[in-house]
Amino acid sequence: MAHDTTLSDAHAEHEHHELPTVFGFWVYLMTDCIIFGSLFAVFAVLRNQFAGGPTGKELFELSGLALETALLLVSSITYGFGMIAAHKGEIKSVQMWLGVTFLLGLGFVFLELKEFSHMIAEGAGPDRSAFLSAFFTLVSTHGLHVSCGLVWIIVMIVQLSGVTAINERTMNKLTMLSLFWHFLDIVWICVFTYVYLASMI
Amino acid sequence: MSTDHSAHGGSSHGSAGSYVIGFVLAVILTAAAFMVVMGHSLSPSATLTTIAALAAVQVVVHLVFFLHMNTTSEQAWNNKVFLFTLGFVVILIVGTLFIMGNTAAHMMSR
Repeated sequence: MAHDTTLSDAHAEHEHHELPTVFGFWVYLMTDCIIFGSLFAVFAVLRNQFAGGPTGKELFELSGLALETALLLVSSITYGFGMIAAHKGEIKSVQMWLGVTFLLGLGFVFLELKEFSHMIAEGAGPDRSAFLSAFFTLVSTHGLHVSCGLVWIIVMIVQLSGVTAINERTMNKLTMLSLFWHFLDIVWICVFTYVYLASMI
Repeated sequence: MSTDHSAHGGSSHGSAGSYVIGFVLAVILTAAAFMVVMGHSLSPSATLTTIAALAAVQVVVHLVFFLHMNTTSEQAWNNKVFLFTLGFVVILIVGTLFIMGNTAAHMMSR
């Protein structure tokens, strides 16, 4: 009974006015958007400066890119299911979905690191040409964000393991992580379109 | 009663249905972009235009179905900040391309 009351109170409050923390986090995401915008601008300027080195067409593989994209896309919907479970107050289910999201995100980071190490081993590291410098800066900034998201997911799973009900504070944290995770997926849409696919035409 | 109501999750948080719709649309748009590039059936400029358009649509799909952006008054400030940022980023990218393109043309670096 006590459990239900806490949940419905927290939920009702959350539903009727979004706390300023969530809005503040939204503003942070928008500034992050400007960082990525700058890096995309840099990449757009340097995309043909190969300095006699390998081009994107020679380096990128569609199959690996498709797998990375699929992992990130599926992790978006699994996080969404986690949020739905959170609004229902099903803590175990939230932890399970967060765990699945974590594994998918980890798979993405693993594939990206594998791709990077493969490129560097081939002599196509960030020091090879302006194109590769811009490529590594942009893509690894996104990868670093995903890695931070992974740490955040672990923190949330641990925080949820000790509670019997999801209070408003925890719900806000989950909501902000949701915005963060889905935002990174949006950045990835631009990465796979303008960095990878556009280089392979 | 109120407990029962709250168990269903408000529309502003997105329901399982809206997540699934968003996901299906995202998969279709992503697959279309990959197929256009892999198919090599369009000219390079037409391919670029097509994948750019597909990406723009997919960004909107993600914003609406995953980040739950909407036009309610509760979201008014989020939307204002978003539009400001969008304008900022467009000026940043278009301005950079214009200035650097102009510089390259004058320096005859290509």
